[in-house]
Amino acid sequence: MPQYMLLIYGDPADAPGPEQQEAQMAKWMSYTDELAQSGALKGGNALEAIDTATTVRVRDDETIISDGPFAETKEILGGYYLIDVPDLDAALGWAAKMPNIAYGSVEVRPVWEIPEPPAQA
Amino acid sequence: MSRASTAAAEAAFRDERAAVLATLIRQLGDFQLAEDALQDAFAAAIVAWERDGVPERPGAWITVTARRRAIDRLRRDRVLGDRVQRLRALAEREGEPGDVSPEEPSSVADDRLRLIFTCCHPALAMQARVALTLRSLGGLSTGEIARAFLVAEPAMAQRLVRAKRKIAVARIPYRVPPDEELSDRLAGVLAVVYLVFNEGWSASGGDRLVRGELCAEAIRLGRLLCRLMPDDPEVAGLLALMLLHDSRREARVDEHGELVTLDDQDRSRWDRGRIREGERLLDSALRRRRPGPYQLQAAIAALHATAATSQETDHIQIAALYEALARHAPSPVIDVNRAVALGRAGRVDAGLAILGPLLAGPTLARYAPLHAARADLLQRAGDAAGAARAYGVAAACTENAVARAQLERRSRAVGAQPPRATGEPSAETM
Repeated sequence: MPQYMLLIYGDPADAPGPEQQEAQMAKWMSYTDELAQSGALKGGNALEAIDTATTVRVRDDETIISDGPFAETKEILGGYYLIDVPDLDAALGWAAKMPNIAYGSVEVRPVWEIPEPPAQA
Repeated sequence: MSRASTAAAEAAFRDERAAVLATLIRQLGDFQLAEDALQDAFAAAIVAWERDGVPERPGAWITVTARRRAIDRLRRDRVLGDRVQRLRALAEREGEPGDVSPEEPSSVADDRLRLIFTCCHPALAMQARVALTLRSLGGLSTGEIARAFLVAEPAMAQRLVRAKRKIAVARIPYRVPPDEELSDRLAGVLAVVYLVFNEGWSASGGDRLVRGELCAEAIRLGRLLCRLMPDDPEVAGLLALMLLHDSRREARVDEHGELVTLDDQDRSRWDRGRIREGERLLDSALRRRRPGPYQLQAAIAALHATAATSQETDHIQIAALYEALARHAPSPVIDVNRAVALGRAGRVDAGLAILGPLLAGPTLARYAPLHAARADLLQRAGDAAGAARAYGVAAACTENAVARAQLERRSRAVGAQPPRATGEPSAETM
């Protein structure tokens, strides 16, 4: 079955306040449970805040390390799930149920399937 | 190579292409492969039909030949990861008894619906949905679609390739959506068809002949959807709406190619056959008592189409229909049209009251039809100076040179003349 990355984006300013954090956390837990029970869950994590990000490049053999994310945007990558479902509609269905979907967004990307090596003639 | 066999092949491919393609995509599980194989089958048909004569069921012949060509292509293709499985599945199909017999009519219809819903999948960009629908289900070539949308042909070809690649790689399923998603997804399909129609209807540029072709294609797609989904009143409503608009095609452009407003059109040039068909469809749709935006717009179009003169049009009823439409899909365009209809029904103050909040808001300050509507209402109220100013504002907000000149003429005419009941500014009037 094809795998999809559900990349979870959001503006931290839009996230629920501290008083709702416990309830929100419970929603994430039950969402993850539901994914696991359906057999679709292959992996996933929440990421630390954007101010902990470091970007690395190598140019002309020189390693350039800089503080901050690759691209400065309002909507930042906050976490991801890797799921295994039959088709895009199923993946979109899971994305639409994401606990942050009412204030953030989810990018659904198919995972590249490594082609089989050519059959021996 | 005889011309007769080529002509027969071309005719068969024109008539059967969409249905055969729809079935092939399901059997092959690959949009691009199905198209390539179909192209191969076309080349084979010209040769074989010349030699053996045109087969009794050209569609079945094309389907089987295309499937075999697809197998050849799969065998040659060394990169495709799952080609072994796919070849096995296709080989099993080849062995089925009665292979050449046409598929069950119901399954052919199902394939066609699958193709429509896949081409109009919301994961594809709107432009791609339109292009893919016209290419796969309509009879237009890539070049024709490119010309209709004022895009260079290679760019349009690229758009189609990218869309098909996304369908394959992201695995957009080839199916009619399940019941719980069907109404949303069907609305998306109808939006694509109506966009095709409007693109053909709008006079905003492009080759006029090709644009007329777009209206014809949209109506053809509308008829196909009506056959495939006979129980959905919005499907019938959309077809009725397109037919009712299209009935005015001949009358809305004068001998210089200029647009003629509804009021000034020669109603004897309206296509009565289209009007009758539209009305019949609309009546049977409305009897299902599930009104929707397309049925409501068709009802408005029907009131215009069946009025003997523009003065005798039931503007009160039209205003009420716009009000109902605004409840389904609130939009300032609908509000403006409703205000104009009220004005024409003699309820100028009610019309101006609707425009008030729209004029006060910042978002529509540069929306020309709003100012033109206000001008029309002010003129009816006897405020010639105000009407002239409002037409002036409308002209200043208009990019299109022809439309701007028309509004400027109106502004001057209203300023110079005593008020008379004319002027037709709204979107519903062309």
